[in-house]
Amino acid sequence: MAQGAITDGTASKGRVWDRFSIRTKRVIWAWAFLALPIIFYGWIRFYPTFQAFWISFTDWDILKPAQFVGLENYDKLVHDPQFWKVFRNTFTYLIVGTPISLVIAFLVAYYLDRVRFMHGFIRALYFLPFLTTAAALAWVWRWIYQPVPVGLINGLLSQFGIPQQPFLKSTTQGLPAIMVTAIWAGLGFQVIIFLAGLRAIPSTYYEAARIDGLGEGAILRKITLPLLKPTTVFLVVFSSIGFLRIFDSVYNMTSNDPGGPLGSTKPIVLMIYQTAFSSFDMGYAAAQTVVLFTILLIVSLLQLFVLRNR
Amino acid sequence: MTTIAADAVPQPLKFGRIRPGQILIWTLLLLGGLLMVMPILYMFSTSLKTASQVYDLRLIPAAPTFDNYIKVLSDGNFLRWFGNSTFIATTVTLSNVFFDSLVGYTLAKFEFRGRYFIFLAILSTLMIPTEMLVIPWYLMSSQLHWLDSYWGIMFPGMMTAFGTFLMKQFFETVPDDFLEAARIDGLNEFQIWWKVAMPLVAPALSALAIFTFLGNWTAFFWPLIVTTSRELYTLPVGLSSFSDAQDTRWEMIMTGAALATIPTLVVFLVLQRFIVRGVMLAGLKG
Repeated sequence: MAQGAITDGTASKGRVWDRFSIRTKRVIWAWAFLALPIIFYGWIRFYPTFQAFWISFTDWDILKPAQFVGLENYDKLVHDPQFWKVFRNTFTYLIVGTPISLVIAFLVAYYLDRVRFMHGFIRALYFLPFLTTAAALAWVWRWIYQPVPVGLINGLLSQFGIPQQPFLKSTTQGLPAIMVTAIWAGLGFQVIIFLAGLRAIPSTYYEAARIDGLGEGAILRKITLPLLKPTTVFLVVFSSIGFLRIFDSVYNMTSNDPGGPLGSTKPIVLMIYQTAFSSFDMGYAAAQTVVLFTILLIVSLLQLFVLRNR
Repeated sequence: MTTIAADAVPQPLKFGRIRPGQILIWTLLLLGGLLMVMPILYMFSTSLKTASQVYDLRLIPAAPTFDNYIKVLSDGNFLRWFGNSTFIATTVTLSNVFFDSLVGYTLAKFEFRGRYFIFLAILSTLMIPTEMLVIPWYLMSSQLHWLDSYWGIMFPGMMTAFGTFLMKQFFETVPDDFLEAARIDGLNEFQIWWKVAMPLVAPALSALAIFTFLGNWTAFFWPLIVTTSRELYTLPVGLSSFSDAQDTRWEMIMTGAALATIPTLVVFLVLQRFIVRGVMLAGLKG
């Protein structure tokens, strides 16, 4: 009825429209504003979500029609050694990368917060990498990690007589080398957020603590860190999600053998990409995305849980 | 809402009280910061070197030259990718600024049945990772002939739950009296939103615009999947394929990387305060 009133002929439109109460008119306006977005979210977000679940139960290479195979893809996944390797890689990025980057970011923010001289300039230095294109800077880091006579780090090492390191060419150093790049790229954002969190703590708390004779360490432990908890939890989740979805830097730093050497740096998103768009095994790739979705959901729910029990 | 004074000075500087420890901390912070920008500086430095100078690892090139830039730009692909990225990031940003704030405003300021449900539905899409949607999007695009087109690259990001949520938070701080006054003046609901409410949330709009632009400018995963012809590559995807083809010509790769980075760095230098404040705002809201 509401829609009809608007699309009726122009003559009757005015009269019908005027008969509505102000409240009804506003409701009609609201749904008119929401019409296109509802179509968008339904079509581009919700429908594909259900479709992804459905595809994960099929065997499908795009060319032939999809065949329902039940849980076969998931069964294959559980018994796929490559998946478990990728799973381990992804969690190594997450479990090692998140604490390191958060500790560094907090230390920088904590001390930078007290620095007045050239504060803005130093902050900008830390923040700058966050604004660069990950795909572009991955190539810069790839150059940094090259053997002599090209790479920067090996060049420095050789000047001090330290043996050459293989970095990206090694199955043990490849993943940490990429992790450093990822930490570097995300650090500035974390510093800024920590700075905002520190600024949001009312200075009266600190004054009261000083009057009570608390030392710097006690203030940090009893006031700063507890009051910073929401910020920290947000950053832990944000950074974890970032590491769980790591792709751009790995793909570009190992593009001659994506995820190599021998899959030692490959994260789950790269496996999804290769399964779907190199092997065109859509059902199997969709099952992998469902697993990723589940992991991300658990991480997000943990955040809600931790914040609720403040 | 927490007030953020990014550049506020809590205590006046007292020169008499500077201790050696503070100087040490300041120096360490500065050195750390310089270490952070070192890869960026070396990227520019190497891009100004000739092929034979690349092995000279000094930061300041012995004989800086813009030859690499001329070479990289002259094959035309880079300018094309640059244009593609600019067009795509701008269009998606305009769409987000319009729709995210329209939806955020409606959810914040209108009373109707189903409002909470719509809000939760949109918010819940935050939980769905892009990686899960790319396969259905790819199939949808291939059926509708959206593969390898601007629209194909852009359509998934035309509205975002993050932007909607951000704008809803800010519109809630706009006093109803302002809107009511406009209503009495005879403005319709669309005009009230566009002419009265929107200017009141300008800081949030600029934060949203900066985020959306930056996100789309640097986006790699979906553009990599949906494009196949070189002419439609975005800058990151083009750069990736360009660098791959350069083998070990690092001065060329660095020039490409520098070209992809320069626009965002320029924008940052111009809008530094806005950006830092925007990140703080969005971070605290999120």
